[in-house]
Amino acid sequence: MARLQVRRMNRKPFPFHILVFLAPGFVIYGLFMCYPLVDSLRLGLFAQAGGVESFVGFENFVRLMSDPDWAPRFWSALGHSLIFFLINMLVQNPIALMLAALLASMGKSGGIYRTLIFAPTVLSLVITAFLWSLLLSPLWGLPKTLLTPIGMGSLARPWLGLESTALPTLALISAWQFIGVPIILYYAALIAIPNDLVEAAYVDGATGWDVFWLIKFPLILPVVGIIALMTFIFNFNAFDVIYAVKGALAGPNFATDTMMTFFYRTFFGYELQKPNPTMGAAIAGSSFAILMLGVLIYIFVWQRRAKTYEL
Amino acid sequence: MDQAASDAEATKHVVTTATSQAHTRRLNGLVKHSILIFFCLLAIVPTFIIVVNSFKTRDAIFSEPYRLPTRETFSLKGYQTVQERSDFAVYYRNSAIVTLTSLLLILLFGAMISFALAEYRFPGNTLLMLLLLAGIIVPIRLGSVSILRLMVSFQLVNTLVALILVYTAQGLPLAVFVLTQFFRQVPRDLKDSARIDGASEYRVFWLVLPLVTPAIATVAALTMIPIWNDIWFPLILAPGEATRTVTMGAQQFLGQFANDWNAVLASLSMSAVPILALYFIFSRQLLRGLTSGALK
Repeated sequence: MARLQVRRMNRKPFPFHILVFLAPGFVIYGLFMCYPLVDSLRLGLFAQAGGVESFVGFENFVRLMSDPDWAPRFWSALGHSLIFFLINMLVQNPIALMLAALLASMGKSGGIYRTLIFAPTVLSLVITAFLWSLLLSPLWGLPKTLLTPIGMGSLARPWLGLESTALPTLALISAWQFIGVPIILYYAALIAIPNDLVEAAYVDGATGWDVFWLIKFPLILPVVGIIALMTFIFNFNAFDVIYAVKGALAGPNFATDTMMTFFYRTFFGYELQKPNPTMGAAIAGSSFAILMLGVLIYIFVWQRRAKTYEL
Repeated sequence: MDQAASDAEATKHVVTTATSQAHTRRLNGLVKHSILIFFCLLAIVPTFIIVVNSFKTRDAIFSEPYRLPTRETFSLKGYQTVQERSDFAVYYRNSAIVTLTSLLLILLFGAMISFALAEYRFPGNTLLMLLLLAGIIVPIRLGSVSILRLMVSFQLVNTLVALILVYTAQGLPLAVFVLTQFFRQVPRDLKDSARIDGASEYRVFWLVLPLVTPAIATVAALTMIPIWNDIWFPLILAPGEATRTVTMGAQQFLGQFANDWNAVLASLSMSAVPILALYFIFSRQLLRGLTSGALK
C-alpha cells in the first residue's frame, strides 16, 4: 500500500518539454510539406468546373494517359525525364566514380583537385545553364574554333537548338554542374575503407586495378546504390536547367519537355495556357507514383541482393 | 655454387621488377594527374571564359573570345547596363535574408526535434522519425499546387516569409537525420549529472548543443546551397520585383537582355563570382563537412 503511494507520487507529470521541443519544427514541416503533398494527391482526384471542385476518381489520370489533348505531352515528358536520368546515370556517375577513386588514391595531396572539381556544384543551375548556352551558341562559335583545328569542325552544330540533341545537351550541362555531389559521396566511402585490407592485397601481389574492382568496389556497393537512387529522384525532377535555357515551353517543339516543365505549365499556366490546378496535381501524382516505384525497386530488388560488409 | 648463382639471379630479378614497378608507378602517377587536371580545367575554364569576356568590348568578345582583355578591348559597358537596369544589390539582400533565416530555423528546430527524438522514449517516436525520413525522399516541389493555395490563403504570396517557410520545411528532414545520430553519441552521464544539479530539460539541451557543432556545420553545408540556388519557389511564390532572389533576378534579366552580350556576360559574372569566392574561402570546411556527413 505504502509502496503504491510512493509510486504514484513519483509518477512523472505530462512531459510538456517533449512537446515544446517537437512542436515548432513539426508545425512547419506538417503545414508546408506533409499537408501540401497529401492535399496534392487528393486534388489529383478532383476536377474543376465553373470554380467548383468535384470528385472524379481516376478520370484525370485516364485523361493524361489516353486523351489526345493530354496523352502525347504526358508520354513525351515521361520519356524525356527517363532519358535525362539515364544520361546522368550513365555519364555522370561512372566519371564521378573514376575521379573519386583517383582522388582517394592521392591522400592529402589531392586537395586542390577536389576543390576545383567541386566548384561548379555551388553555382546555381540557372546560371550554369545560361553560361553553357552562351558557350555553345553558334553566334559566338566557340565549339567551332576549338573543333576545326583537329578536323572535327563539322561536328560543331547548334546542339541546344536541334530537336535531336537539345535534351542530351541539357542533361550533360546538368551532369557538368552536379558531378561534385557523387564524387564527394564515393570519395567519402572510399577513404573509409581500412588501409590494412588494401595493403594486404598489395602484399599478395594484386595490382591497383584488382584492388579497386575486387576489394574497394564491392565494399562501396551500398553507396553506389544510394547514389543511383539519388540520381533518379533528382533528375526525374529536372526543371531549372530546361527552364533557364528553353523557358517553360521546353522547345524546340517540346523536345526538352520533362515531367516538371509539363507540371509547371499545367498548374501555373504559361503564356496562352490557363492554369489547371487539378490536372497539375494529377501530373504531380503520376510523378510521385513513378518515384515511389523507383524507391521500391531500390529497396526490394537492389538492397536484397547487394551484400553489405561490416568493416 | 649453383645455389649462389641462382641467388644472384633471384636478386637481379627482384631489382629489375622493383625498378620497373617504380616506372609503372611514376607512369600511373602521370596518367592520374593528367586526368584530374583535365577535369579541373573542364570545371573551371567555362566560367573563366565568361568572366574574362565580361570585361571586353562587344567586338572583342566575338573576334577574340580566348584572349584576356587588353587596354584597347577593355570595357565595363555590360556592368553599367546591369547597374542601370537591374537591382543586384536588392537581389543579393533578398537571397541572403532567405538563406540565412531558413538556415537558422532549420538548425534550431532541427536540433530541438533531434534532441527530443534521441533523448526521450515516447509513443510515436519511431513514427515521427519515419515521417521525417519520407521527406528526404519525396521532393517538396510535387506539393506546389497546394503550397501555392496555402500561401494565397495566408496572404504570403510575394513575401520572403513564404520562401523561408517552405525552405525550412524542405531542409528539416535531412537536418534531423544527421543531427539525431550525433545527439545519440553524447554521453548519458553528462546529461544526468546536469539533471542532478537541478537543470531543466531545456537547460540540458543548451548544454549539449555545443557538443554537436561539427554536425551542425555539415547540415549547414548540405542545406545552404540548394536554398540559395533555387528557382522553382521564387518563380511560383515570389516573382515580384521586390522579393527577387539572385537566381530569379539573374534569370529575368538574362531573358530580357538576351541579345546584349555585354550585359548578359556581366550579370552572369555578378551572380557567379561572389559565390565562387565564398566557396574558395570556405571550401576546406565545406568539403570536410560534406565528407563527414556522407559517412553517417
